Amino acid sequence: MRIDCKHVWEHISAYIDNDVDPVLRAEIDRHLETCEICSAVLDSTRNVVILIADDRVFELPAGFSERLHERIERELEESGESDPQI
Amino acid sequence: MPNPEFEFDCIRRVLAGDKRLFHDLIRPCERSIYFLLYSLLKNETEAEDVAQETVIKVYQNLDKFRGESQFRTWVLSIARNEGLARLRKIGNRREDSLEAESDEQTGDYTPAILTNWREIPAEALEQKELGAILRRAIEGLPEIYRNVVLLRDIEEMDIRETGAALGISEASVKVRLHRARAMLQRVLAPQLKGFAPAKRRWLGGRA
Repeated sequence: MRIDCKHVWEHISAYIDNDVDPVLRAEIDRHLETCEICSAVLDSTRNVVILIADDRVFELPAGFSERLHERIERELEESGESDPQI
Repeated sequence: MPNPEFEFDCIRRVLAGDKRLFHDLIRPCERSIYFLLYSLLKNETEAEDVAQETVIKVYQNLDKFRGESQFRTWVLSIARNEGLARLRKIGNRREDSLEAESDEQTGDYTPAILTNWREIPAEALEQKELGAILRRAIEGLPEIYRNVVLLRDIEEMDIRETGAALGISEASVKVRLHRARAMLQRVLAPQLKGFAPAKRRWLGGRA
């Protein structure tokens, strides 16, 4: 069975996550060897996935963690000596 | 990264009275809580406020954690409920449309067609403009796709944990992730080309 470009695009995300069965994977690999467009689509999608995972893209607001832990500390103090969970 | 053994030990000790350990327990979940809420509320101040309410709720309900899911998954489902409650409170009707688009709906997920893609190295992120382009593209995704991308690709949770945190099936996570990545590729590929390292001139690259 020869698969076409559209078929490859449907599986790009699963292919990147290594979540396609071996037979289909082999078909896709064979297609990619000769299809410059699908290779570029795969490479660019993978590149986008890698870039957005970088911690520099989404950063917590400055001081977020400090404020969160101050709030927790207040709650711990207010919950007093007797532990409400017990 | 979550560490179940550490978490169970921590929870046991916090419940036994060693309360300050709660700080260490929640720390690995902070980023995920914030970005899930940011995805939902699209507002930094609201997201931070609800993140604080979420951790307090987690503390107050710690004895109810049964260990049937990962601790972070449980925390994120509390965050999501708190976020949805906030949306209702501020009278934002956007919540109603969250699930409006079904996973069966077919759309045009044709990628940006290009050839000769040249990899953009992570070092390019030193340029602030690149980060801004990536953030804009993600923020522009419909909510049901944005939160899947945030948990799966940005917080690097697995498919199962992502589905559990969002209350959707693993199959839905995969479908939404696929569509989200396709949308991002279509929007971003043409914009990102300029960030590729310049070709060496003697190979006929751009001047």
